[in-house]
Amino acid sequence: MSDTALVVRERAGLRGALGAAGPLVALLALVLLGAAVNPAFLGPDNISNVLTRSAIVGIIAVGTTFVITAGGLDLSVGSMSALIAGLMILAMNTLLPFLGAGWTTVLLGMGAALLLGLLCGGLNGLLVVKGGVDAFIATLGTMGVFRSVLTWVANGGSISLDFGLRSVARPIYYGGVFGVSFPLLALLAVSVLGEVALRRMRFGRHVAAIGSNREVARYSAVRVDRVRVLTYVIQGVCVALATLIYVPRLGAATPATGLMWELEAIAAVVIGGTALNGGFGRVWGSVVGVLILGLIQNILNLSNLVSPYLNGAFQGAIIIIAVVLQQRRKPR
Amino acid sequence: MALLAVQGLRKSFETTEVLKGIDLSVGRGEVLALVGENGAGKSTLMRVVGGYTPPGAGTLAFEGGPLPGGVDAAEARGIVLVHQEFNLAPHLSAAENVFLGRERMRGPFIDRAGMERDTRQALTLLGCSAPPRARLADLAVSDWQMVELAKALNRRPKLLLMDEPTAVLSAPECERLFACIEAFRANGGSVVFTSHKLDEVKRIADRVAVLRDGEIVRIAPAGALTEHEMATLMVGRPLSDLYPEKPGRLSDAAPLLEVEDLRSPGHVRGASFALRPGEIVGIAGLVGSGRTECFEALLGLRPATAGRFRLRGAERALPGAREAWTLGLAYLTEDRKGKGLLLDKGLRENLLLTDGALSGGPMIDDNAERVVLEEAVAVFSIRARDRGAPVRALSGGNQQKLLVAKTLRPGPELVVFDEPTRGVDIGSKQGVYRVIAGLAAQGRCCVVISSEMAELIGLCHRVIVMRRGRTVGEVAGERMTEQEIVRFAMGLEEAAYV
Repeated sequence: MSDTALVVRERAGLRGALGAAGPLVALLALVLLGAAVNPAFLGPDNISNVLTRSAIVGIIAVGTTFVITAGGLDLSVGSMSALIAGLMILAMNTLLPFLGAGWTTVLLGMGAALLLGLLCGGLNGLLVVKGGVDAFIATLGTMGVFRSVLTWVANGGSISLDFGLRSVARPIYYGGVFGVSFPLLALLAVSVLGEVALRRMRFGRHVAAIGSNREVARYSAVRVDRVRVLTYVIQGVCVALATLIYVPRLGAATPATGLMWELEAIAAVVIGGTALNGGFGRVWGSVVGVLILGLIQNILNLSNLVSPYLNGAFQGAIIIIAVVLQQRRKPR
Repeated sequence: MALLAVQGLRKSFETTEVLKGIDLSVGRGEVLALVGENGAGKSTLMRVVGGYTPPGAGTLAFEGGPLPGGVDAAEARGIVLVHQEFNLAPHLSAAENVFLGRERMRGPFIDRAGMERDTRQALTLLGCSAPPRARLADLAVSDWQMVELAKALNRRPKLLLMDEPTAVLSAPECERLFACIEAFRANGGSVVFTSHKLDEVKRIADRVAVLRDGEIVRIAPAGALTEHEMATLMVGRPLSDLYPEKPGRLSDAAPLLEVEDLRSPGHVRGASFALRPGEIVGIAGLVGSGRTECFEALLGLRPATAGRFRLRGAERALPGAREAWTLGLAYLTEDRKGKGLLLDKGLRENLLLTDGALSGGPMIDDNAERVVLEEAVAVFSIRARDRGAPVRALSGGNQQKLLVAKTLRPGPELVVFDEPTRGVDIGSKQGVYRVIAGLAAQGRCCVVISSEMAELIGLCHRVIVMRRGRTVGEVAGERMTEQEIVRFAMGLEEAAYV
């Protein structure tokens, strides 16, 4: 009896260590591969470019970590981002004649984006938790609704930010302090907050408990419904934050804004070691996952080995492989 | 030559050895009873013989030849297990269930008429009047048991394994079942069954095998053992030592909680009682009498209404789940693995699931949590080498101690223990009893829901009996006997309701 207990413990330890280090090892391997493929890869411009671009999906993936850890799923993040981008730009353009092309207008636009993210996330959460609609179906539905509404508002074309406002807002994406871009700083802040909330706060423990076994959480006097809705709200706010940083880069929202971001975000979370069925999550893993995806795209762009058009295929394959590995690792 | 011969049978689940070398033989036309406490290994033994669980070690021989593994092989040889948990499809008809997996065909089509005719015949033999076309979901639980039995007999078994066949049957239904077993035996069939009702064991079994903690401690002709001897063998020590002394009761204490006409759709149809500080109240009733549901309803775990609810003398609405917890009303679930513990998480996450924060704010204080955990491990003597390993790896007894420790945080006034000793070994059992008595001695109120009547009588100050979703009676003092409780539970004494 004691022998078996010992084996179980050793296996758990080894598994834990491997599972923890896995994403980091993959990241390191990609960096080495990139350096081998193209000397420009390790140049400061390229690295900073990759990091800044990854930051947008990274911020979203932090929210996704909460949703998935609690046993949920949100397929609507890409569409939500498009809708928020469009309405945020509309709001700023509308305010422009009254407030002028200044920071007041931009800040109000950002506020509108955050509020919208809160509402969209809240809608998803209520549909899933109070409405009892399966998360996959509910967010598949809102995924269609969000993007379709944006397309309708944009009349099938694009919604462009006023040029005066563009130059004001430009530093939000392109600026930075001490050589670190604002998007990257935002990702850093969000992921530290997320990691602390998930690991060190009661809320995080409840999130993991609900994902592990919802009935146990309910019988343990955890406010299951409230916590589940909150994970979707967090996701919505993360999407809004990512979007309001992203909008100054493009200056416009189109029906293609944020396309396939849900795939990237979910892939990043799963690569990072969060259990797709919920119960265990780690925010830093998701951030590493986003970096892995970003590096793969970057290496495809820098090398002639494989067409960069196949980037989506790589992401799709990676998410499947990550899930297969997760299931293998499970006992029994 | 024996029909079934079991030698040196061992079986472990995870780290717990459930069967520790069983030697057993069953003759043709013999009825053997397996008795033992919950968790003694009776069901596991049945499942191994029936092919549902592979043996860990040891040999099984049937009609002189080795028995290949698997349910299909066992059934092909003539061994059929009648499950304790019903193994029926609720949306199919009785006939479809009886013939499930071996439908009778007429050409490419199912011979429905033939199957229904045979089902009716089989059910009539069992004294059951359920129509063969009725959907199982529309039938009563006792009919389910009869359909399950008809299904088993339809496989033309030589050896019938029955796990607690009478648990959900009323007295007349039991009589018909016994008559059926008698007829089956007269035709040369053999039966192994488990039961907690020792009087019926004495009546219908030829031999009795007493199991304790995975070992057979005695096999004897049923006539050679008294009920008391069986019970003593099951427990392994004089029965009186098992239960701690009942703490003195403050009979005039004001009730902690009073509820009148508690109802919950489908399960509870009017329960009324009062609970006082410092007392241990037992809740008895048959399976399906709404015992569990009644207290889940009271503590906000399922939708409910009450005619009147008072807590510490103040009238108020029934609390929600979280509210109940903050009011100091705790519930220890009977479903440890499904509702009690996160099996994939460690000790600490489980013990401190509800109120992890210890630093006052929303942040978790690691050091403080470690201190609390070590304290609980010591107080409840939880044996776990690695605090971080998933609690799945703990034995049932240690899991239960952890669940008790978790439920008792941070210090509830009322604790409802639902089947607190199901599936745990005798040592852990005594530990749980001591905890309950200790809580009552501190002036807390303990409710114990249990199917083991000896447990209720040994542990509780008084026992409230439920039947069909209602509280139908209460026994205390001299009147607190198994017979009295059964009479209320069976509905024979409703007129005498006090």
